[in-house]
Amino acid sequence: MNNAEKKPRTKREPLIYITKRSDLSLKKSLLIRAAVILGGILCCAIITMLLTGVNPINVFGSIINGSFGTPGKLWNLLQAAAILLGISVAVTPAFKMRFWNTGAEGQVLIGMLASVACMFYLKDSMPSFVTIIIMLVASTVAGALWAGIPGFFKAIWNTNETLFTLMMNYVAMQLVSFFLLFWDPSHGYLNPLNSDTKNGWLPTLFGRKQLIIILIVAVITALVYVYLKRSKQGYEISVVGESENTARYIGINVKKVVIRTVLISGALCGVMGWLLVSGNSHTVSTTLVGGNGFTAIMVSWMSKFNPIIMVFSSLLVCFLQRGAGQIASDLGTEMPGASNIGDVLTGIMILFVVASEFFVSYDVHFRRRTEKADKEVEKNVHA
Amino acid sequence: MFTLEYLMGFVATAIINGTPLLFGAVGEILTEKSGNLNLGIPGIMYIGGISGIIGGFLYEHACETAGITPIPILCIIVALLASLLGSTLIALVYSFLTITLKANQNVVGLALTTLGVGLGDFYGGSLLSFFGKDGSIYLEATSKAFKEKIPFLSDSLGLFGQTFFSFGFLVYVAVIIAVIVHFFLKKTRVGLNLRAVGENPATADAAGINVNLYKYLATCIGGAIAGLGGLYFVMDYSVGGWTNGGFGDRGWLAIAIVIFALWRPNTAILSSYIFGGLYVASSYIMGLSGSEKEIIKMLPYIVTIIVLVFVSARKKREHQPPASLGLSYFREER
Repeated sequence: MNNAEKKPRTKREPLIYITKRSDLSLKKSLLIRAAVILGGILCCAIITMLLTGVNPINVFGSIINGSFGTPGKLWNLLQAAAILLGISVAVTPAFKMRFWNTGAEGQVLIGMLASVACMFYLKDSMPSFVTIIIMLVASTVAGALWAGIPGFFKAIWNTNETLFTLMMNYVAMQLVSFFLLFWDPSHGYLNPLNSDTKNGWLPTLFGRKQLIIILIVAVITALVYVYLKRSKQGYEISVVGESENTARYIGINVKKVVIRTVLISGALCGVMGWLLVSGNSHTVSTTLVGGNGFTAIMVSWMSKFNPIIMVFSSLLVCFLQRGAGQIASDLGTEMPGASNIGDVLTGIMILFVVASEFFVSYDVHFRRRTEKADKEVEKNVHA
Repeated sequence: MFTLEYLMGFVATAIINGTPLLFGAVGEILTEKSGNLNLGIPGIMYIGGISGIIGGFLYEHACETAGITPIPILCIIVALLASLLGSTLIALVYSFLTITLKANQNVVGLALTTLGVGLGDFYGGSLLSFFGKDGSIYLEATSKAFKEKIPFLSDSLGLFGQTFFSFGFLVYVAVIIAVIVHFFLKKTRVGLNLRAVGENPATADAAGINVNLYKYLATCIGGAIAGLGGLYFVMDYSVGGWTNGGFGDRGWLAIAIVIFALWRPNTAILSSYIFGGLYVASSYIMGLSGSEKEIIKMLPYIVTIIVLVFVSARKKREHQPPASLGLSYFREER
């Protein structure tokens, strides 16, 4: 086995070679990204057309109608985007530290479960705002615990956190199934709690239930932005993320930073669970997080861990999902599977954006034409 | 209560439930040995299943319009090829993005899972409506072909034969593939090279191994193997039908088995059956309440977590995940 020695390779530049870009103007990088997003939306439209046979103008019509058609739809879009944004922001501190937390789904779910448990047992024994605060504390602790366990083992034994947090999702789901059947042995289903007294329900502002969710997420986003960009802890997170050795060298206690950041990340996921229960569902089921925990990971990544860009990314993803939902309901029983197009489009869009990162961070060179011509000449001379 | 028949029934169910997991786990082991952590496996298994369904449906539909009865062996070949094609293609997408474009493996994997599940449920729900039909898919001939028992062994060996030789052929294929992959990784030079790529791509590269080629092939072949798990599930387990979300969390369980089996295909065989058993154990234990059953269903994940922690604490070299797992390789960055 001496492949390398078998045939002496002629010294020639490869057809394509790749170098890392050292600097790329902001304008150029934004341009690349905008082109990619447009390309992605176009591709999504084409795929929808191929899958459903609806013509592309109607596809865009449906997407826009589904997202902005009525004030109610617009509010729902904003709420969906806010929830996705909140979870994306929540996973970001850990991600920035290169802690691959794939357990956001479970962390949010366990936060929901904690809130629902509080509502279930407290009923209306306390004033609503006290219940809400107890729920918030319970959810925060639950979420922090759910992320903290993998974080702890990562810090002491370097246990693979991607796989650990992934497994924790399903432990959380089974725990939810368990409690639902524990509370309602016959159906395993919980109606919205306290729907008569509204105890533990976040207040409706200006007649819009969605508004308070959006406001709270806006506050969380701003806080995380400041925390990551302006605080000492945020700086420590990015150093540990860039290089653990550098972090150690400049005297950062890596273990401490890892555990602290993971706890913060999990706690924020727990807070999102609380927000989902108290502000929206008032109950829990295994499907209520609805894959947002996984989508959030992708949103966080495609936004380069920047909470401000995440606002737009999550809007984009929800815009596609709402639009796909509209197409599905337009088609109705004609095509029963169409409700799943939302997932297809989300997947494609994210793949597009992830692929585009390559062109932002690497430069692709092709072998220069002139050299090729030179070789040809050389060959002819020898012949 | 606990008669031999009862026990053997449980064992058979464990094997039936373990087989899709085994395909997925072996596919993922092969992939991970090249250093690619493919979290798209659940999506790939969905794609493998739905592609098989589409292939089988097109064949049965063609036979129906031509007025002939479908030939069993053709049913199998068409569905098998369609499934392999679908799952290889989607694994190729993963490979291109993570290997050539050096995209983050977790993100690409999760996006592919979202995409795969979406595509699976889309076609599962609307395939019939493309042909102007109502109702849900049911591939009678194809599933019958896939469920064909081994003729002689299944009825001549008594209870033993009924338990171990009454499965469709894919159950045995899964075991054979696991054994082949085991020998491939342990005993062949190419397998050794592949493990080198997963442990330290830079060193492998320096030794003259074509890192990207190995990563591409391992990921695509691994994807194809995993896709067979989806095919088995729809053709044999679900008798040629499709229910949205019917495949459930089996894809993630397959990834759990990879850890539980410590990245060894031969260990994965028994592990898959144990997990298959745990998956259905709750309905075989008498006198459990509904909520207690849910706790039993939690066991596979808890056990996996314990193994993961234990392995990382002991730091025994041969039990660790491939060292470069989850990292993209860029030659110029060494």
